Amino acid sequence: MWTGFKRIVRSGFVGFWRNAFVSLASIFVMTVALLVIGATMLSDQLLGVTLKNIQDKVDINLYFVTTASQEDIDALVARLEAMDEVTEVRYTSRDEALTQFRERHKNDELTIQALEELGDNPLGASLAIKAADTTQYENIATFIEEQRALEEPQAPLIDEVNYFKNKGSIDKLTGIIGAAQKASVITLAVLMIAAVLITFNTIRLAIYTTREEISVMRLVGASNTFIRGPFMLQGLMYGLIAGVVAILILYPVVLWIGPASESFFQFNLFEYFVNDFVHIFSVLVGSGMALGLISSVLAVSRYLRV
Amino acid sequence: MIYFDKVSKYYNAGQSIAIEDVTFQVAPKEFVSIVGHSGAGKSTLLKMLIAEERPTTGQVFFESLDIHQIPRVKLPKYRRKIGTVFQDFKLLPHKTAFENIAFAMEANGRADDEIMENVPQALALVDLEDKSWNFPHELSGGEKQRVAIARAIVNQPDIIIADEPTGNLDPIATYEVVQILRKINDLGTTVIMTTHNKGVIDELGRRVITMDEGRIVRDDQEGKYVL
Ligand SMILES: Nc1ncnc2c1ncn2[C@@H]1O[C@H](COP(=O)(O)OP(=O)(O)OP(=O)(O)O)[C@@H](O)[C@H]1O
Ligand SMILES: [Mg+2]
Repeated sequence: MWTGFKRIVRSGFVGFWRNAFVSLASIFVMTVALLVIGATMLSDQLLGVTLKNIQDKVDINLYFVTTASQEDIDALVARLEAMDEVTEVRYTSRDEALTQFRERHKNDELTIQALEELGDNPLGASLAIKAADTTQYENIATFIEEQRALEEPQAPLIDEVNYFKNKGSIDKLTGIIGAAQKASVITLAVLMIAAVLITFNTIRLAIYTTREEISVMRLVGASNTFIRGPFMLQGLMYGLIAGVVAILILYPVVLWIGPASESFFQFNLFEYFVNDFVHIFSVLVGSGMALGLISSVLAVSRYLRV
Repeated sequence: MIYFDKVSKYYNAGQSIAIEDVTFQVAPKEFVSIVGHSGAGKSTLLKMLIAEERPTTGQVFFESLDIHQIPRVKLPKYRRKIGTVFQDFKLLPHKTAFENIAFAMEANGRADDEIMENVPQALALVDLEDKSWNFPHELSGGEKQRVAIARAIVNQPDIIIADEPTGNLDPIATYEVVQILRKINDLGTTVIMTTHNKGVIDELGRRVITMDEGRIVRDDQEGKYVL
């Protein structure tokens, strides 16, 4: 058993060296395939983060009337926070609203002057409500409408909800996000399938050139395991080397585009690469080795029928 | 030990007849030579013995085992009982002479020290010690043939099947190979050999099967080369 394993390993390495050209060609093709997989992973991450950033910017703003009592406000906040769809309710008090307003218009003397003349704070408190998903805003808005319907007409609480003003753009955004995610899943699948097929075919061709040898091995009494073993090892080696080479190529690339992605997408690809290195490494090397192994096993078994 | 029962083999969907209704037996420790014109079906007969080809009709038995009923995964074990010299040598091109012979032993699960001892002996027997580390493409036809012979005998199999083992050899090498086969046979191994060499047949003075157009036309216990 151990002797057989040792022989398979030795034979695998020797075969790897003696067919150096075929090995190199296979590794090259696998590297390209793994680079495709790696690039897809990174751009998928980029897309995901971008979409999340956009989604984060979406919220429902609810403005209270200036006379709203703190109790009523707290009660509404509590009810909103109890909803499953709601992930965050951010409260801005009247004073804070005023400070922010002043800050925003500090160069606009006319506005500031008008504010001074009013004397009283004209701004109401407000809530910024966030949902986990843009599709859920509809529900939240409906809920708020229901609350509003319950209000007594002579003592209203809610002054305005901006959802209905922004509904069109929120819906559009939801559509775009959905389409982008679908497109990225399809692209990912297509590229992955292409990478797998190309790798499989390359290894099949490499093994095709040794089909005579495989049948000779069978004819002199070698068992299938003994024949297959070295090819499996070689497949694993191709995958391992190709995975490492792909990582070595990706490193300078992400290092180079890191700052650009930071300023453009607010997401530093290089940092992601470094922080998630273990994950990226294991996906690339792992899928390379699995691909190499499976391809070899499938390709060899065709020629074991003698 | 070996029994061909009404075996026929047709190629190309019956268009070409390689073997037609062949029945014969080989007893243990026999030394059988098969002669016949080119295309008579000699190689085909031997290929059916190692299950490289299956008969169109009829059965081939090894002891009481129908060879062509052996499941594919069990074939290697059966083939290890047989040492085969192929007409086209069938050496592994990416392995040296030494490794080619060692491969047959490794496939047999022999221990490393046995391999280190027996492979050089087998190479010495066919006069190829100095070519141990040459690859097949660096060897002459006769040298390749001798590696193939060494590979066939190294495991001391129950049967040796040799398809024209002297086809590429000069008279002296031919004589030596025949002596080797004879000696192995004396030690109890069954030998089945095909040849076109009249001198070899006459020198051996053993059983000769003569084939013509896929049929056995003569089977003589102390045969002469008659064509
Ligand atoms: N794979 C094949 N496909 C079609 N015909 C074949 C095949 N193998 C052998 N034949 C035919 O079967 C017949 C017998 O071939 P075989 O190789 O057994 O002859 P042989 O007696 O060994 O000849 P030689 O002395 O030249 O080696 C020939 O007519 C050959 O053309
Ligand atoms: Mg022949």
